[in-house]
Amino acid sequence: MLFTSYGFIAFLIILFALYYLIPKRFQWLLLLAANILFYACAGWQGLCFMAATVVVSWAATNLMGASLRAQREYLASPEGKALTREERRAYKKGRERARKRIFVLALLADIGILAALKYTNFIIFNVNSIFSAGINAVDWVLPLGISFYTFQTVSYVIDVYWEKVEPEKNILRVALFTSFFPLLIQGPISRFGDLKETLFAEHEADFKEISFGLQRMLWGYFKKLVIADRLLVAVTALCGDPAAYRGAYVFIGAVLYAAELYADFTGGIDITIGVAQVLGIRVKENFLRPYFSRNIAEYWRRWHISMGTWFKDYIFYPLSVAPWLLKLSKSARKSVSDNFGRKLSVYISTIVTWFLTGLWHGAAWNFVVWGLLNAFFILLAEEIKPWSQSFRARHERLVSGFGYRVFETLRTFLLMCSLRVLDCYRDVAVSFKAFASVFTTNNWGEAFSGTLLNLGLGAGDYIVAGAGIALMFAVSCVQEKCGSVRELIWRRPALPYALFGALAIIILVFGAYGVGYDSTQFIYNQF
Amino acid sequence: MDEILEILNGLGLDADFEHCTSLVDDGILASLDIVSIIAELSDVFDITIPARDIVPENFNSAEAMLNMVNRLLDE
Repeated sequence: MLFTSYGFIAFLIILFALYYLIPKRFQWLLLLAANILFYACAGWQGLCFMAATVVVSWAATNLMGASLRAQREYLASPEGKALTREERRAYKKGRERARKRIFVLALLADIGILAALKYTNFIIFNVNSIFSAGINAVDWVLPLGISFYTFQTVSYVIDVYWEKVEPEKNILRVALFTSFFPLLIQGPISRFGDLKETLFAEHEADFKEISFGLQRMLWGYFKKLVIADRLLVAVTALCGDPAAYRGAYVFIGAVLYAAELYADFTGGIDITIGVAQVLGIRVKENFLRPYFSRNIAEYWRRWHISMGTWFKDYIFYPLSVAPWLLKLSKSARKSVSDNFGRKLSVYISTIVTWFLTGLWHGAAWNFVVWGLLNAFFILLAEEIKPWSQSFRARHERLVSGFGYRVFETLRTFLLMCSLRVLDCYRDVAVSFKAFASVFTTNNWGEAFSGTLLNLGLGAGDYIVAGAGIALMFAVSCVQEKCGSVRELIWRRPALPYALFGALAIIILVFGAYGVGYDSTQFIYNQF
Repeated sequence: MDEILEILNGLGLDADFEHCTSLVDDGILASLDIVSIIAELSDVFDITIPARDIVPENFNSAEAMLNMVNRLLDE
């Protein structure tokens, strides 16, 4: 069920009405039923895989919880208190080992399902390429949102293992957390600890919350239907024929794709957070105006925040403190140099984390290369930090000026556009060739002599998309300076209704519908 | 405390370890900096800092780091 389909709108209207009509203690059960219905629309096979993930996570977390409870009870008992320090340590270690076994098995099962369904063909492709093995590709359907809900449940299992959250005893509540339908399409990848209070709570109908939620959804639909789906037509045409569209077209395509991806992804997240807000459920923000970032590290703290923090908390940090890596780092400090040894664990962890981030985005080499290039630029920025700090200290007036800020922001934006060329063309060799052509082919005159009007979009479409981007930019500037736009206009009685009424009309008039357009699935849904 | 401060200041990070109490919350320490600190503390104090302890509260100030180190030495 597409977020942009009439079926989804009807589904929401019925859900919202029932949600506030039924007794509040049944609200979370209604949500669970709605999730199952939503998910079943995408196929019953997916439902089976999700159910398996729920059962494994629920059983594992409760077994770990029971083991921890037994440990605490024993150590608090007279018998436990009589133990020497070494005996207590040995007892705790034995219990921890048992929990670790459960934990590892649960992770293997949860990630195993994702890995098997998502990466089997990638492995077969590579084995065939290297060994000419001729293995047939498998025809397995990738369940809707599997990358998102698997990461969500894995974070829950890890958090219970790390004793950061208590295990949930009710399997239906674990099922609701795993399957909460607004999050299934493209996240945000939420944590159990953040979501549980609000997801299982009883909610009164709150006029302001419902209004804000609906406004947020409307803003999301504007971004998706007026900007993203419109630009998609030009981007598909430009990237679909790399032989014909080289040089200036690659640059234009990359910039248009940046706008399309931002409108598509943040639009989807706006709809997600808006739907949740109407239901009284608070979901964490996933974007903080990433195109205002002044460097790549800041960009990744502002773009797809839930994915970035997931990889940081569950891959980067655990790997960085892995005993074998710290040992390697220590021996490198002795045998090579203090500086090299100190950086080794950071560098290895960064590279592995970004390799996996790339692989999470898709089972293809273009995503892996994209991830590794991100790691390269993050580490490069780290390497030149002393130089850039000394430059900043020497030119304090220059770097604190507006012009320098614009320069840094543009530099980061163009760097991210360049890396995303790998996403546009989905082929490493083609991407590098296309990127190189920006510097070797001078066809800017040709590009602006009417060719852009032959990509499926007319002059009116470019004007509408341009005006939409300008509006997004203006809203982002206000948010950056003053915070929530909805809070700002809420105090003026008629303004929210006038503005959002106008927005609804704009979506209806200028939304990408009809002949030549097809309201598409969100880009991040395919990851 | 002096020992911790000496270690932290020796890492060459652009942070005021003596006074700041929101090093992570205010984005002064990035994840790469935190890992450098962990490697150094693990090496000097011969402790293992588990991943579960890598939370902002343990790295927001030199004092918080000292408390974490003392706790891990006790365990």
